[in-house]
Amino acid sequence: MTKYPVNKIILFSSVDGPGNRTVIFLQGCNFDCKYCHNPETRSLCTACGLCVEKCPTGALQKEETDGRTQIVFSPEKCVLCDTCIHACPHNASPRIRYMTPEEAFLAAKKQMPYIRGVTVSGGECTLYPGFLREFFALCKPEGLSTFIDSNGTYDFAADPQLMEVTDSVMLDIKAFSEKDHLAVTSCGNKKVLENALFLAKRGKLFEVRTVVVPTLYDTEKTVLETGRLLKDYADSIRYKIIAYRPMGVREAYSHYPVPEQELLESYAAKLREVGWKDIVII
Amino acid sequence: MRPISMERVEKTRAEILETIKSPILTHEQKVTNMAREADSLLEVLDLPEGLDELLNESIDTKCICDLNEGHAPVRPRYIIPDYAKFMREGSKFLQLDPPKDLFEALNSLLIFYKHVPSVTNFPVYVGALDELLEPFIDDVDEETARKLLRLFMIHVDRTVLDSFSHANVGPKPTKAGRLLLEVEAELEHAVPNITMKYDPELSDDDFTLQAIKTSLRSAKPSFANHRMFVSELGEDYVIASCYNGLKLGGGSYTLCRLILSNIAKRAENVKDFKEKQLPYVLDIMARYMDARIKFEVEESGFFRDNFLAKEGFISQDRFTAMFGMVGLAECVNILMEKEGKEGRYGHDKEADDLGVAIMEQINAFNEQHVNPYCSVTGGHFLLHAQVGISDDRNVSPGTRIPIGEEPEELLDHLKHCSLFHKYFPSGTGDIFPIDTTVHKNPEFLLDIIKGSFKDNLRYLSFYASDSDVIRITGYLVKRSEIAKLRSGTAVLQNTTELGRGATDNCKIEERKIR
Repeated sequence: MTKYPVNKIILFSSVDGPGNRTVIFLQGCNFDCKYCHNPETRSLCTACGLCVEKCPTGALQKEETDGRTQIVFSPEKCVLCDTCIHACPHNASPRIRYMTPEEAFLAAKKQMPYIRGVTVSGGECTLYPGFLREFFALCKPEGLSTFIDSNGTYDFAADPQLMEVTDSVMLDIKAFSEKDHLAVTSCGNKKVLENALFLAKRGKLFEVRTVVVPTLYDTEKTVLETGRLLKDYADSIRYKIIAYRPMGVREAYSHYPVPEQELLESYAAKLREVGWKDIVII
Repeated sequence: MRPISMERVEKTRAEILETIKSPILTHEQKVTNMAREADSLLEVLDLPEGLDELLNESIDTKCICDLNEGHAPVRPRYIIPDYAKFMREGSKFLQLDPPKDLFEALNSLLIFYKHVPSVTNFPVYVGALDELLEPFIDDVDEETARKLLRLFMIHVDRTVLDSFSHANVGPKPTKAGRLLLEVEAELEHAVPNITMKYDPELSDDDFTLQAIKTSLRSAKPSFANHRMFVSELGEDYVIASCYNGLKLGGGSYTLCRLILSNIAKRAENVKDFKEKQLPYVLDIMARYMDARIKFEVEESGFFRDNFLAKEGFISQDRFTAMFGMVGLAECVNILMEKEGKEGRYGHDKEADDLGVAIMEQINAFNEQHVNPYCSVTGGHFLLHAQVGISDDRNVSPGTRIPIGEEPEELLDHLKHCSLFHKYFPSGTGDIFPIDTTVHKNPEFLLDIIKGSFKDNLRYLSFYASDSDVIRITGYLVKRSEIAKLRSGTAVLQNTTELGRGATDNCKIEERKIR
C-alpha cells in the first residue's frame, strides 16, 4: 500500500470542522502564501541533514539505505523544541511519518467514541487524492464524518469517487481577484472559485475562510465578493474570518499589521446584509 | 454521655471566644462555628476500638476523616426533600398551600429552603428546578418568567450561603430549564451548583449546547451520566452537594473518608497494604459510620420530630451513607515506590492496575458490609470519591490524577477516568478548565460528553480558564470573592474560605487547561 507523508495528527480538535475531530495533516503544498502560519508543512524533506546536527536531543539521524539518504526521526527522543523546523531551509520537517491510509485510520479510530469525525488538512491534502479516497472509505462505515481542509486547487468535480466518500470541504479563499491571489499565493484562483460554487451546489461546502492581512491584498473586496458569490447558499455555510497574526510566519512576511477587531466586525456585518448567518471571527 | 476533661473544655472555650472575635467571619458563620465547637464537647457515640489513633491525627498521618460532622449528629449529613410533593401538597408546618402559579411556586421554594438542614445548615439540594417550574412557566410571558427566575436565583445565591448546594436540570429539554440556564449564564453565580442529567435518548443537542455555553460562563452545570445513575439508583435519584448521587426523599446519614495515601504510608509493601493495613482501616471506618447512623436513627429523634419526615418530604428508609475515599493517586505512587518501581499513577499501566485492584478491594468490602438502616441501597453504603478539603496536603481528590501530572492528551486523561468512575454511585467527577479563546465550538465539548458517557465516565465539569466563577474541587467559588477574603474582608459565602484554602494548598489554579 502506498504510504503518504503525515506531518502530524491532532487527536482532539475543536477548530477543524464541526464538533470534536481527529485531524491528519499531510505534508506538502502547491501554494506559497506569504502569511503561511506553518511553513514547515509546505515541502518534502530533501535529506540535506542540516537539522540533524542542530537537534539537541539526538532525535534525528542521517542514514543511508539502499543507496538513498534519509533522515530518521525517533519520536521518543523528541522534546518538540522545533529547532529542526527553524534549521530547515526548505520549508520541510524531518519529523513527518509515512503512513498508509489504513494506519492513519487506525490512529484516528483510537479517539472513538469521543470524536464525531475526521478532517484531513495540510499542507494541501488534495495533493494526495489517493490517500483521501482510501482513508475516508475506511472512516465512513465507522460513522465518522469526513472533512477536507483545502486551498481549492483540486478538481473536485472530476473526482466523483472522492466526492462520494467526502462529507464536506472547508475552503480557503485567499483572495478574490486573480491579481490579488497571485500576490498572496503566487498562484491563480480560477479553480478555487469554481470549486466554491461546485461544492456549495452539492451541499458539500461546510465553511469558507479568509485570512485578513491588511496591506497585502484587498481584504474587504475578497470577503464581500466571496459572500456575494455564495449568497444563494449563505444560510448553510459558515464564513470564518481569521485575523492575520505574525506567530509562526516566515520572518520576511511577519511585518503585516494585525487587523483591528472592528474591521473584522464590519466585514461580518456586511456579510449578514447579503444573507450570511453563521460567521465566526477568530 | 461520657465525661471529658476540664482541659478539653477550656480549650474549646478559648476556641469559641476566638470565633466570636474573628474579623473575617460573618455573624452567621460565627454562629455555625460556635455550634460546631459546642458539639465537639459531646461524647455519645459508641466508637469502635482503634478509631482514635486513625481519626484524631494530623492531616499527614490520619487514615480516617469524618469531615467535621460533629460528635453527636443532630441531623443526617445530606437531606434530599421531595420538592415535587411539596409543590403538589404544600406544607402544614410551613403553613403553605400548594402553589398555583409561578410567583407562588418560587416564593414557596425560597421559604422551604430555609428549613432544610444539612451538615452546612443550608440545603444541599434545591430541587430539579426545571421539572418543578415547568408546569407554571407559561403562566406569564417569557420576559416576566426570565425576570422572576433571575430574582429567584439571586435570592438563592445571597441566602443559601454555601455552594455545596445543588439544583438539577434535564435530562429532557424544557422551557424552564432553558430559561434557567440562560439566566445563570448572565448571573455568573457560585450558588447553587447545577447538574444537567444527560441521556443521549432524552436530551436534545440544543438544550445540551445551551448547558455547555452556560458552563463556560459560570462553571456550571456539570454533566451527569443519567443512564449510569438510573441503572444504579433508579429513576428517582438526584445530584446533590458536590456531585453526590442520592435518592430523592432520602439522603445520606454520613460521609467519612479513607485517606488512602496515609494508609499506604503505614504499609511495608503492596501485600501488607492489601492484606493488613487496608482491611483494618476499612473495618473501623465502616463500624464508625454504623455508630453515627445508629445515633441519628435511634437517638437523635430527627426522623421522628422534624417536619420534613413528619410530612413525608423525606423518609428514613430512603437514606443511605457514603463510604468515601481520597488520595488513590498518592497511595498508588507510595506503594509503587515501596516496591522499588518507577511507574506513576495516570501514566503507567502497572500503577493504574494497582489503583483498580485497590478500588476492587474497597468495593468488595463495601458489598460485604451490611448496615440495617441502608436498605434503600441493598443494606450497603455507596462508595464516594470525596473531593478533598482545604486542609488536605498532597492528597488528590478521590481517584483524580494529581494536578500538575495530568496526561498531555485529553483523550488519555478521559480514558483514565473511565477506569474509575464506575465505582462511585454516590459521586465522583473530573474537572477540565477550557481555553475558550481556542475552543469557540461548544459542539466540541458536546462530543466529549457523549463519548465520555459511552466510555463509562460518570460526571464531567468544565469551566472557562478565564472565568470568575471556578470549580474548586466539587463546589464553586468566585475568584473575585477569594481576592476580597485575602485582603482581610468578610465575604458572604462560607465556601469562599474553603476555596481560598484549596487554591493555596491544592494547586487548583494550576490544573492543565484544555
